[in-house]
Amino acid sequence: MAEQITIYINNKAYKVDPNQTIMQAADTLGFHIPRLCYHPKLSIEGACRVCIVEVEGARNYVASCAFPVSDGMKIHTNTQALRKARRDIIELILDNHPQDCHTCERDGNCELQRLASSMGIRARHFEGPRKRYEKDLSSDAVIRDPEKCILCGRCVRMCSEIQQVHNLTQAHRGFNTVVMPAYNMPMGESVCTACGQCINVCPTAAFLEKNYTQELFEKLNDPALVKVVQFAPSVRAAIGEAFDVPPGRNMEGQLVAALRKLGFDYVFDTQFSADLTIMEEASEFLERVQNKGVLPMITSCSSAWMKCMEQFYPDLIANVSTCKSPMSMQGAVTKSYFAQKIGVDPKKILSVATMCCTAKKYEAARPELMVDGMRGVDIVVTTREIAWMIKSAGIDLLHIQPEEPDHPLGMSSGAGAIFGTTGGVMEAAIRTAYGLYTGQTLVDIEIKGIRGLKGIKEGTLEMDGKEIRVAVAHGLGNACKLLEQVRSDPGRYHFIEIMGCPGGCVGGGGQPYAQCNTIPLDDEALQKRAQALYDLDRSKTIRRSHDNPDVQKLYKEFLQRPLSPTSHKYLHTHYKPKTPLGIIPAKERQSGV
Amino acid sequence: MKQASYKLTLCDGTTCIQKQSREIYKVLREEMKKHGILENVHTDLSGCLGMCSKGPILLVNPGYVIYGNVQVGDIPEIVESHLVKGKPVARLIIQEDHLYNRFLRIFGDVNFFGKQMRIALRNCGIIDPENVDNYLAVRGYEALAKVLTDMTPEAVVAEVKKSGLRGRGGAGFPTGLKWEFTARQQSDEKYVICNADEGDPGAFMDRSAIEGDPHTILEGMIIGGYAIRASKGIIYIRAEYPLAIVRLEKAIAAARQNGFLGEHILGTDFSFDIEIRLGAGAFVCGEETALIHSVEGSRGMPRPRPPYPAVSGLFGKPTLINNVETWANIPVIILDGSDWFSSVGTETSKGTKVFALAGKVQNTGLVEVPMGTTLRQIVYDIGGGIPNNKKLKAIQTGGPSGGCLPAEYLDTQIDYESLAKAGSIMGSGGMIIIDEDSCMVALAKFFIEFTQDESCGKCTPCREGTRRMLEILTRITEGKGKTGDIEKLERLGQMIKSASLCGLGQSAPNPVLSTIKNFRQEYEEHIGQKKCRAGQCAALLSYVVNDKCVGCGACKRVCPVNAVEGTRKEKHTIDPAACIRCGQCFDACKFSAINKA
Amino acid sequence: MTQVTNEKMDQVLGFIDSISQKPYVDSYLIAVLHKVQQLYGYLPQDVMDIVAEKMQIPTAHIWGVATFYHYFNLSPIGKHTLSVCMGTACYVKGAEKILETLKKELKIEVGQTTEDKLFTLQEARCLGACGIAPVLMVDDKIYGELDAKKTVEIINQYRKAAGK
Repeated sequence: MAEQITIYINNKAYKVDPNQTIMQAADTLGFHIPRLCYHPKLSIEGACRVCIVEVEGARNYVASCAFPVSDGMKIHTNTQALRKARRDIIELILDNHPQDCHTCERDGNCELQRLASSMGIRARHFEGPRKRYEKDLSSDAVIRDPEKCILCGRCVRMCSEIQQVHNLTQAHRGFNTVVMPAYNMPMGESVCTACGQCINVCPTAAFLEKNYTQELFEKLNDPALVKVVQFAPSVRAAIGEAFDVPPGRNMEGQLVAALRKLGFDYVFDTQFSADLTIMEEASEFLERVQNKGVLPMITSCSSAWMKCMEQFYPDLIANVSTCKSPMSMQGAVTKSYFAQKIGVDPKKILSVATMCCTAKKYEAARPELMVDGMRGVDIVVTTREIAWMIKSAGIDLLHIQPEEPDHPLGMSSGAGAIFGTTGGVMEAAIRTAYGLYTGQTLVDIEIKGIRGLKGIKEGTLEMDGKEIRVAVAHGLGNACKLLEQVRSDPGRYHFIEIMGCPGGCVGGGGQPYAQCNTIPLDDEALQKRAQALYDLDRSKTIRRSHDNPDVQKLYKEFLQRPLSPTSHKYLHTHYKPKTPLGIIPAKERQSGV
Repeated sequence: MKQASYKLTLCDGTTCIQKQSREIYKVLREEMKKHGILENVHTDLSGCLGMCSKGPILLVNPGYVIYGNVQVGDIPEIVESHLVKGKPVARLIIQEDHLYNRFLRIFGDVNFFGKQMRIALRNCGIIDPENVDNYLAVRGYEALAKVLTDMTPEAVVAEVKKSGLRGRGGAGFPTGLKWEFTARQQSDEKYVICNADEGDPGAFMDRSAIEGDPHTILEGMIIGGYAIRASKGIIYIRAEYPLAIVRLEKAIAAARQNGFLGEHILGTDFSFDIEIRLGAGAFVCGEETALIHSVEGSRGMPRPRPPYPAVSGLFGKPTLINNVETWANIPVIILDGSDWFSSVGTETSKGTKVFALAGKVQNTGLVEVPMGTTLRQIVYDIGGGIPNNKKLKAIQTGGPSGGCLPAEYLDTQIDYESLAKAGSIMGSGGMIIIDEDSCMVALAKFFIEFTQDESCGKCTPCREGTRRMLEILTRITEGKGKTGDIEKLERLGQMIKSASLCGLGQSAPNPVLSTIKNFRQEYEEHIGQKKCRAGQCAALLSYVVNDKCVGCGACKRVCPVNAVEGTRKEKHTIDPAACIRCGQCFDACKFSAINKA
Repeated sequence: MTQVTNEKMDQVLGFIDSISQKPYVDSYLIAVLHKVQQLYGYLPQDVMDIVAEKMQIPTAHIWGVATFYHYFNLSPIGKHTLSVCMGTACYVKGAEKILETLKKELKIEVGQTTEDKLFTLQEARCLGACGIAPVLMVDDKIYGELDAKKTVEIINQYRKAAGK
């Protein structure tokens, strides 16, 4: 490690590592310089100018997010002139922003609001006409409101750098700059995969999920309906953050209790259908291996990934598993098996999914996934939405008595739990595939090589002397890199897991907003959420999907066996290529912004 | 072949072409043919001669007779009277007002001037820019040959450093240092860029330099490439300069053909080629990191520095960027030596500077003066003073990034430090002379309107701040200014200056801040008394009928909004509430009976 | 939307082919857009789609570039620009009616271009010709004291000159 250097912040000397920015050095020293366009996962933009500091000898203020420290550098972070400049910058942003905080969805959870508060803006000096644009409500999942946009560019960088979908761009220039898809086309018609990562990084309400909370409250009050809800593995690992609990606490029991208190008649766990998915997917994989089917087989649980695949990798459709996602499987068995079991017309069932994901809203509306002419899932709400509903209904999530999910679609194995994190589906599938293929029980079931936040992870497994090579990618950008390898070397892997969001579902586009002035939504937070799921896995006695007794019962009573005609009817589907002209495969840009 | 008895130079700059110089050329040849003297007269088309306001310009030698405002119909007379009978056509001669002639009177004779003072534009108007032999005849590519045969790259860098040359694009960074930084970088690939994205409103130094002498720019760049060990050069030029682009293309082709560009230049191991990239209408692309993004095929938005382009520029490689005028100085420095070059100019600013002189001055056009020349010499001795006996009010330098200096600063020397000290900047060479009829608030508004329209929108201070400044200035000029508006402008201006991402934003408030500093009273009059002393802000004018009115009714008839009242043969009145201040009544009155105040 | 004629498209594709072997080929995007505009007079969206496909550059990136630079037209521009002065004097004297006449005669709205690409219609701030209000500026020529009939006559003059 290079030798430490001395810098001076506000006239005091500190030893810091070289080769870092002023902001990084200041962070380690406990100086939190205000910031806006900066995001730990994205490239440096240096655009908002909120993080400016004074460096002695420099002609102008410098952006601390971009400017490197050097030995002997004298930095001032909090002079009166600086405070005034920052204050004016934030005020200029406010002047061009709708003044509707009280009725805004991000009221109380908005970075701009927090910054304005910390700057002490008490009077307005420069007000003038502000920009006017229509909201884009065309997508089933992601709403774009350019009036709320403050042009920090995080969403554009997220969409192009991390997800490599390149749906968003800054168009026009100067005061007229607007973030939009190509040709200002509606989000619903664009290449948007609905992953919702733009929402996660947006400091204001310029991107939001399409909100179904009012509709859901209304339906919950409809006595004619049987109200059934499922919740995804990673919702329990993150919902606490919306209630100011630090990342990584498993709130499963409290969530189940809260959902019942909200008025749901049956609270099921998507982890149950995760186990079900594994039964089908592992069987499909073994069938492909044994019958020389198309390999590598690629998982299909992530709905953002499915849209990405249909648009950008239509040539790989045959490689994708025909399994529906756990949410859609759960919806399908809810409206068939479960409806029969409780003797209710499935049309009278309200099937709700609480997801960490925005793309699930898009998935739930896909016509391919209809069951007997009905949607398997009627309403999808995100972790954020359900957290708000719980608060709105006056339910004290933190001090509630934990409860258990209902049978028969509520019991799950540890394998179902780890679905929520990158590598989890693969790990769960291996546990079951090994058992089904070899007839033996895999002893060392924690497969460390495919855990963690490395972009692309690889592993090998021996099943009866046959080497199975697997790979895992999370975030669509990493997925694209991995799939380019598959295109050039199709024989390299047998089985691939892909999750659309960085970190897998724990990093989903519907998870609670980062408390950005305190805890940024960085890899550390994702790791903690993942750890909560790994801990849950370890705490269970049943850790393999095929050992889940309720799943076994479902097969016995309804589906017969994996890949049976009934299974195919309810649990599988087929995808079609979507190749609108000009929408080209996502890739890394050679150069430029 | 018979010796040509006359040598004609017809200006072929953009302005003259618009004024039909090409047709004149055709007719000229036809007429000479008619008189059988075509072979006795050598005719050249030249780059911009710098007398755009009087174009088309035809220069006849010997005798140095300059014809201006030449029309196609004048040609038969010129040919017959001057070229055949030897009698110049007096009514078309504009020699008296010729910028350069006045310049010569001040700075010495033709030879001294031609050899030593016109450095960047030394060949403009003298050679045919589309003929490489013409360029070779004036020692073209000799500097390149010298560099390749006698000098190491290090020696070239040292020579440029020693010359004291500073960037002519505006900021005045020492060119040699920039070369040294870039030369020092280790990289498999390096780039040399010529910034020809001239964008200041009213400035056309670079365009004229390229149109008049494209090979000089190429030679400068090739030398730069050799010095920093680059093999690729790029000229980034505005698409709005079609003639300059064509001339560059031709020059590049000719240079390749003659072995000055391409593989193994002049038989040495050094290979270098130049490519033209077009801008597409974005002022901010004059900023070097924005320019790089534009060359890379992206939105031309600046990025924070460091890293500087010298370390990580085009395609992430070390890149040397200089503007057109800077490059044009290089061959001279190499050929005549840094000692000679640094003997011209002042202590801190060496060589000459080209300015585009415009506004309320007798002679407008291009002028190249040694550093150290005073503003007074430019305005009065070269520019011929202010027309119509008006008073000089201010001199604006540096365009939208610069400032306005009041008449008290007339004796300020042209050099980077003196201009900055006075409150303006050298800039890329725009110089606008302002007389008492111009409103300083309106001028500040004009420039901020320009910068806010050209703001890329990336950083908050520039994107949002310049818009708010424009709003405040607009309301002041419309008579809706409020107490405290000047302080708001100052506050915003200071913040934008100190906190913006790039040079465009950091300098955008300068025209406003410098006019507030030097002409605060005008702002206060606009706000407090709703008065524009220059009579330029229409909303602040009022038209009042005085006692000279005879009641003829002319004003009443022309008023488009029926604001004039009164019966015939009686004094009329103007209803200020209805009046839209179009000035029609003022123009129509034959009795000076309407006051404009 | 304009039909993508094959001949023009071939030229665009040929141009892209001619640069395809160069290093940093993406950097030629602006040059390609210049070529498109040179051929079509503006940047049609379907041509940008094809450029995206051929150059393998995301459409959104091309859109970002196309909208950043003011040199690029995003919709067709007519041969002549009609600017109707909407300053106070002209307004009082019936500029609105002139505008309506033009809209009806040309079958376009403000900001649009006629199908024959001859005219683009715009509103203008005061052109400083209040004495002859209402006025219409065609390119840089001013016509004053207009009424509906005279306006149509002017339009017909330009049509005639263009052989239409």
